[in-house]
Amino acid sequence: MVKRTIERLEEVVIKFAGDSGDGMQLTGGQFTNTAALIGNDLGTFPDFPAEIRAPQGTLAGVSGFQLNFGSKEIYTPGDQCDVLVAMNAAALKVNLNFLRKGGTIIVNTAGFDAKNLKLAGYADNPLDNGTLEGYNVIRIDITKLTREATADITELGMKEKDRCKNMFVLGFLYWMFDRPMDHTLQMLQTKFAKNPAVLEANVRALKAGYHYGDTTETFTTRYKVDKAPMAPGEYRNIMGNQALALGLVAAAQKSGLKLFLGSYPITPASDILHELARYKNFGIITFQAEDEIAGICSAIGASFGGNIGVTTTSGPGMALKTEAIGLAVMLEIPLVICNIQRGGPSTGLPTKTEQADLLQALYGRNGECPLPVLAACSPADCFSAVYEAVRIAIHHMTPVIFLSDGYLANGSEPWRFPTAEQLPDIPVRFAEPASDHSVFKPYLRDERLVRPWARPGTKGLEHRIGGLEKEDFTGNISYEPENHEHMVKVREEKVERIADFIPLQTVEGPERGEALVLGWGGTYGAIKAAVTQLQQEGYRIAQAHLRYLKPFPRNLGTLLLSYDKVIVPEINNGQLVKVIRDKFLVPAVGINKIQGVPFTKMELVQRIKEQLG
Amino acid sequence: MAEVTTEQPVKLTPKDFQTDQDVRWCPGCGDYSILKQVHTILPQLGIPREQLVFVSGIGCSSRFPYYTETYGLHGIHGRATAIAAGLKATRPELSVWVVTGDGDALSIGGNHLIHLLRRNFDINVLMFNNEIYGLTKGQYSPTSPEGMVAKSTPYGSLDHPFNPIALALGADATFVARSMDRDPAHLQQMLLRCYHHPGTSFLEILQNCNIYNDGAFELFTEKATKKAHTVFLEHGKPLVFGEQQEKGIRLDGFTPQVVSLSDYSVDDLMVHDENDINKAMILSRLFEMNNGTVTYPKPFGVFYVRKRTTYEQALQKQMEQISEKLGAPDLNKLLRGRETWIVD
Repeated sequence: MVKRTIERLEEVVIKFAGDSGDGMQLTGGQFTNTAALIGNDLGTFPDFPAEIRAPQGTLAGVSGFQLNFGSKEIYTPGDQCDVLVAMNAAALKVNLNFLRKGGTIIVNTAGFDAKNLKLAGYADNPLDNGTLEGYNVIRIDITKLTREATADITELGMKEKDRCKNMFVLGFLYWMFDRPMDHTLQMLQTKFAKNPAVLEANVRALKAGYHYGDTTETFTTRYKVDKAPMAPGEYRNIMGNQALALGLVAAAQKSGLKLFLGSYPITPASDILHELARYKNFGIITFQAEDEIAGICSAIGASFGGNIGVTTTSGPGMALKTEAIGLAVMLEIPLVICNIQRGGPSTGLPTKTEQADLLQALYGRNGECPLPVLAACSPADCFSAVYEAVRIAIHHMTPVIFLSDGYLANGSEPWRFPTAEQLPDIPVRFAEPASDHSVFKPYLRDERLVRPWARPGTKGLEHRIGGLEKEDFTGNISYEPENHEHMVKVREEKVERIADFIPLQTVEGPERGEALVLGWGGTYGAIKAAVTQLQQEGYRIAQAHLRYLKPFPRNLGTLLLSYDKVIVPEINNGQLVKVIRDKFLVPAVGINKIQGVPFTKMELVQRIKEQLG
Repeated sequence: MAEVTTEQPVKLTPKDFQTDQDVRWCPGCGDYSILKQVHTILPQLGIPREQLVFVSGIGCSSRFPYYTETYGLHGIHGRATAIAAGLKATRPELSVWVVTGDGDALSIGGNHLIHLLRRNFDINVLMFNNEIYGLTKGQYSPTSPEGMVAKSTPYGSLDHPFNPIALALGADATFVARSMDRDPAHLQQMLLRCYHHPGTSFLEILQNCNIYNDGAFELFTEKATKKAHTVFLEHGKPLVFGEQQEKGIRLDGFTPQVVSLSDYSVDDLMVHDENDINKAMILSRLFEMNNGTVTYPKPFGVFYVRKRTTYEQALQKQMEQISEKLGAPDLNKLLRGRETWIVD
């Protein structure tokens, strides 16, 4: 009997990488769910090619899933991996750079035959030529072992059996990290309930992988990652787009309104459409429109009808919706426009993340066309941030742009979900006819400058509105010079007054100090991790992360002046930093990365240090 | 047709549908007549004003909602159909009308129009066709004839025009009709048919732009020529036309022929069948067959009508079926998801 040691780790990053048909997303997802159920904190990030099935074995076809889990608080999917699973030569080549020195590589040796090596562009086999020196390489002929484990399942052909390779890997990792297989066994039972042979093959492969670790005497160390100290409560795992969809459903339920989603499929926003299409018993109507413009226009029609109109898209779709957003601003109706940002411009990098649509959201329309802009900061935060977007849209009768990004959309984390009762109310007040039967004035404003929402079908409130400039109060078309200036200012002021109804900006860290690291959107986790480390190193820096990008919280200006320096990291060429410099006249400096991938903690630590001198 | 229940019958007059806004179309514009006919038929629908919504795009015709005392939305260019779809999907009980023009519906809004038609929302689309861009001051439109000299085509247009009726039939519209501004009685009749058709009704209304394309439809609207150049379609009736009703349309296989009733009997003529898509297709191209030797008339009336489930009915049905299957909404259950764990 070999002596086995158990090593306790605080945090582990695993990357599953293989051909896009190898099932790496499923494998990663299963490991994630199991880690969550055990009580680890975690962050994930899938990384897949834009092509559904890129040519097998090529670098372009590599699909990856990164998972960071630990017994401490986890803020990001991790900078570098500790463990890399490479199902073929291409997967190794693409991901080796992200493996830390001394890390573990689990390779499927069958994926390193002459053909695979050639497709990956390796002149000779990296498993044999010293390329992997300094790494802990675990070689397993996963293909062969999976075939052997499923040998007597005669109903299945070789191709179908080979598809179970990912379960073998998963089983092996479950053994390596001392995790139970129950959750995955349960999932397989459900997934293949109608196909007993495939179920059997997958179960056997999973167990074979587990037992392979257990019985093969070469592996002497197993790892244990304990539960993380998380706030008490009930948790589930959630992805950003899923959280966004649930936030919309919750807002519809709490407001008592019907929710209408007009949308056109686009990466990485389509999952919201898919998700919402399932909730018909919640009165959610999803409409796959003929194009992006019809997506938003149908939502405008729904809003005019007294419902919550929503449209979801990504950058190129935002560009197409621009004119209709302007109409919604003129109509002053509630509408939520969700932009799941991706790399741009034009078609850009459809499956990669970027936060380069901020200026578009703030300014990208003809005329003076202000509207509130909000952004989520983590996958789970998409829920409460979009809920808030709906609340603002209804409460202030305005279209709202909600910004997420590809990183948040597909990333996942544990979520201490609220109960319906805990969610803030979203009161809705439709206009009612005046008791004196006076003519209804659709643009008569209250102290917040908000106009009434008159639901078609209400007697006595018949009115006409449109995109032409209108006279205040009556809403009649008006080209009067003074009126236009007045209306432009009123629309701007109306949005600015929303600042009276949103929380003040909070800071994590000292109230005064060397620097404030100011971020927005999906960079929260990376900034949090970097700032925490710098604080531990003794730097007097703090972090502030903006959910409200228009209007800014009332205290933001004062807050910026409390630090010697304002540093703004962004996954773009410097957008928030421009707005901050313009609005507050502070010499804020940017830290920018435009590579379609998130910041790593270490690069932020280093670049913030450079700024601090 | 929107099903509307009211406590008491509503008695309204055309005047009840006029707004306090000055109508700003050019004097002599065909739009005035269309507005008047719409205001004339609205009281006949027996539904209250608040149940009516007029949605428009951009162009001269699209000012229509401002002049009609109902709910109204003046949208953006080409998108009235898309806006109306979202409204109807969520508020099926409202009677939704789209007012659009040849540029708005067939050029910038062509995409939304065809998709509205195939989906078959119960929406009435009134497309004012004047074969010109009026609001932008006189450029050729997607229905202008080839060779048209306009502001943007000083040497004649190179574009082949759309045939709006054929386009609507091609998009599987369930109600396709044509009328004209200068025939109030016929226009009123067609507007009522639109309203009563459960599904998308597409009505092309030939409308004279007396500023930029005056007389474009004279042949069909003027007393001297109308009878010889138009044929009015009536379900179950033979296609007879001409100054003295002396001519008819006869089908030779799939080819329509103009015949004289001195040579043929009325029984030999093509009998109009609104429910026959093939006949509708043939009629949609009839006028285009003019070749200089034979004069084919332009058909007016209902080319085609069929019943098909409306989008909002299908939507409603699916929502109900799925809701029954999934049970009452439980937000807490939804937020919990399938798997949770508790941290003490």
